Amino acid sequence: MTTNALTSKSSTSGRMGDKIFSGAALAAGILILVTLFAVAVFLLIQALPTFFADPAEVSGGQGFFTYIWPIVVGTVIAAAIALLIATPVGLGVALFISHFAPRKVAGPLGYVIDLLAAIPSVIYGAWGYMVLAPTLVPGFEWLSKNLGFIPLFEGPASQTGKTMLTAGIVLAVMVLPIITSLSREIFLQTPKLHEEAALALGATRWEMIKTAVIPFARPGIISAVMLGLGRALGETMAVALVLSTGNLIPSLIKTGNQTIAAEIALNFPEAFGLRLSELIAAGLVLFLITLLVNIIARGIISRHKEFSGAN
Amino acid sequence: MKLNRLGSAAAVLSVAAIALTACGSDNPTATSSSDSSASSSESGVKGTLTGIGASSQTSAMEAWSAGFKAANPEANVQYSPDGSGAGRKAFLAGGAQFAGSDAYLKEDEKEAATKVCGPDGAFNIPAYVSPIAVAYNLEGVDELNMDADTIAKVFKKEITKWNDPVIAKQNPDATLPDKEITVVHRNDESGTTENFVEYLKAAAGDVWNYEVSGEWPSDIQSENAKGTSGVVSTTTSTDGAITYADFSAVGKLSTVNVKVGDEYTKISADAAAKALDTATPAKGASENDLALDLKRDTTEAGTYPIVLVSYHIFCSTYKDQATTDLVKAFGHYVVSAEGQKTASESAGNAPLSASIEEKAAKAIDAITVAK
Repeated sequence: MTTNALTSKSSTSGRMGDKIFSGAALAAGILILVTLFAVAVFLLIQALPTFFADPAEVSGGQGFFTYIWPIVVGTVIAAAIALLIATPVGLGVALFISHFAPRKVAGPLGYVIDLLAAIPSVIYGAWGYMVLAPTLVPGFEWLSKNLGFIPLFEGPASQTGKTMLTAGIVLAVMVLPIITSLSREIFLQTPKLHEEAALALGATRWEMIKTAVIPFARPGIISAVMLGLGRALGETMAVALVLSTGNLIPSLIKTGNQTIAAEIALNFPEAFGLRLSELIAAGLVLFLITLLVNIIARGIISRHKEFSGAN
Repeated sequence: MKLNRLGSAAAVLSVAAIALTACGSDNPTATSSSDSSASSSESGVKGTLTGIGASSQTSAMEAWSAGFKAANPEANVQYSPDGSGAGRKAFLAGGAQFAGSDAYLKEDEKEAATKVCGPDGAFNIPAYVSPIAVAYNLEGVDELNMDADTIAKVFKKEITKWNDPVIAKQNPDATLPDKEITVVHRNDESGTTENFVEYLKAAAGDVWNYEVSGEWPSDIQSENAKGTSGVVSTTTSTDGAITYADFSAVGKLSTVNVKVGDEYTKISADAAAKALDTATPAKGASENDLALDLKRDTTEAGTYPIVLVSYHIFCSTYKDQATTDLVKAFGHYVVSAEGQKTASESAGNAPLSASIEEKAAKAIDAITVAK
C-alpha cells in the first residue's frame, strides 16, 4: 500500500512538471514563429505600394529593381570583404585559444575578444571615420598607384579614406568576436579521444587539428560564419557613418557604393509616403537575402550531420 | 573561505556605493528658480509640451527648455530632433503640439493643418536663424573669398583644384597650393542642404541647374558624411576639403567670405540676421503666418545670404485653455530677446531682429482655444 501511494504520487508530479515544461517550450516556439511571421507580414504590407507604383515615381525614376540592385550588390560586397578578413583571423584566434595558448592566457584572451562584441556599433562607426579612414589614405594611394590596373583598386584614391574597403574592415572587426567565440566553443568540444588518437598515430599538432578538430567542427564553423554574415549584412550605424555613399562603382578605394541598411538609416527620418514604402521594401529585400543565406547554410550543415556537435 | 566572504562583502559594498551615486541630483543650468519666479508676473504655466522636428534646432532647444523651465517650474518641454519631415508629419497627425521645421508648410500640408488646427490652419513662426558656413580646411590659407558662381562650380566639381585661376583671381594675396579640392556633402536628408542649394540656385542659377531638395543631387559624386558633425569631422581630418555646415558647429575650420553685391561678406550672426530683413512673406501666407521667402541673391551690403531659417509651427487653435497657455508662453519665450540670447549663447544662432520679434509676438497672441 505504501509503495503504491509513493509511486502514484511521484508519477503525478512528474506528469505535471512534464506538461508544464512541454507547454512552455511549445509556447516559446510558437511565439518566435508568430513574431517572425508578423515581421514578414508588416514588411510585405508596407512595401506593397512600391511594387504597384508607377516606375517613374520610384527613386531614380526607373522602377524599384533598378533602384535596389546596386545597393544589394554594395551590401553583398561589404559583407564579403568583412567575412574574407574576419573568418581566417577569427578561426586562427579560436584555434590559438583552444589548442595552442597556455591555460592562463587562453581565458583572459577569450574575455577580451568577447569585449569587442560589447562595443556599440555607433562607436565603431565613429572610430572608423575619425581614426581608421585617414590612416588608410596613404595605403589607398599606394594601391591605386601600383595596382591601379585592377578595377577593384582603380584610382584616384579617396582623400578622406571613407570607402567600401574601410567599411569592410570595420565590419570585419565587428564580426570577429562572433566567429571567434562560437568557433572557440566548438573547438573545445572536440572529443579528446579523437585528438589523442591522431597524436598517438604520429601526427604533428597542426596535422591533428587538420584531421580531428576541423572536420568535427565544420558545421559549427559554418554556423558561426553565417551568424557573422548576418551581422555584416544588417549592420547599419557603422556603415552609415564610415561610408561616403554614391553610385555603384567597382573600385573599392574611391567614394561610392551603398548598403541597404545604411540607405534605410540615412533616409528614414525624413521619408514619407512612397519613399517610406521604398525603404521598407529595401528592408524586405534584405530580409529575403538573409533568409536565403541561412537556408543555404542549414543545407550545408545538414549534409555533414554525422559530424554535428550533437554526436 | 575567509577570502570568499571578504570578497563577497567587498563586492556588495562597492555595488551599493556605485548604485547610490546615481541618486545624486545634478541640476546644471537653471540655478535659483525661486528668484526668477518671484520676478515673473504669473506663477508659471503647467504641463508638458511635446515638439518634434529639425535637428538643426537641437542645441537651441536644449537652452530654451532649460530657460523655460527656470521661469515655469511646473512646465516641461520635450523636443525630439527626428528631422523636419518627421516633425511636420507628426504635427499634422496630432502627435505633437508643435513642430520644428527647416521649411514652412507646403500647400497640401497647409490644407491638412486645417483639419487638426481649426479653420485658420497653422502658423509658421521663425524661431532659429543660423548662418550656414562654407567651411574648408587648407593648410596655409586662412582667408578665402569666393563669389556665388565660384562656390557653385566648386561644389559641382567643375573647379577641381585650389589654385584654379578663378579662385586665384579673387584672392590675390593668398598662396593657393596645387591640391585637389575634396567636396564633402551631407548624405542624410537635411534642411542645411536644402537651404544651401536654394542659395546656389538663386544666386548662381546658370551654373547650378539642379532641383532644390534636402538631398544632394545624385549626379555629383563627392565625399559625404552623416550629420553636421560628420561633415565637419571629415573636413577637419582631410587637407584640401570643403563643405557646408551650420556656423555654430564648424569648430576650427576656416570659412569662406561670400560675395554680396561688390563686397565679400565675412560670416557672422549679425550679417545673417540682416538677410531676414530683405525677406518677403511666402505666397498665400495669412497675416499671422510668418513663412518667409528669403532673397538669396540680395546685393545689400553687409548681408550674409546663406542662412537657414528654422520655424516653430503652432496650431492657430488648441483644444483646451491649459495647452493654449502653455504653447503661448513657450512661443513668447522663444522669440523674446531673452530667449534668443540664451539660445545664441549655446547654439550660436543669429538672434531675430526687433521687427520680426514684434510680428512673431503678435502672431503668437492670436493663438486661441478652439470653440
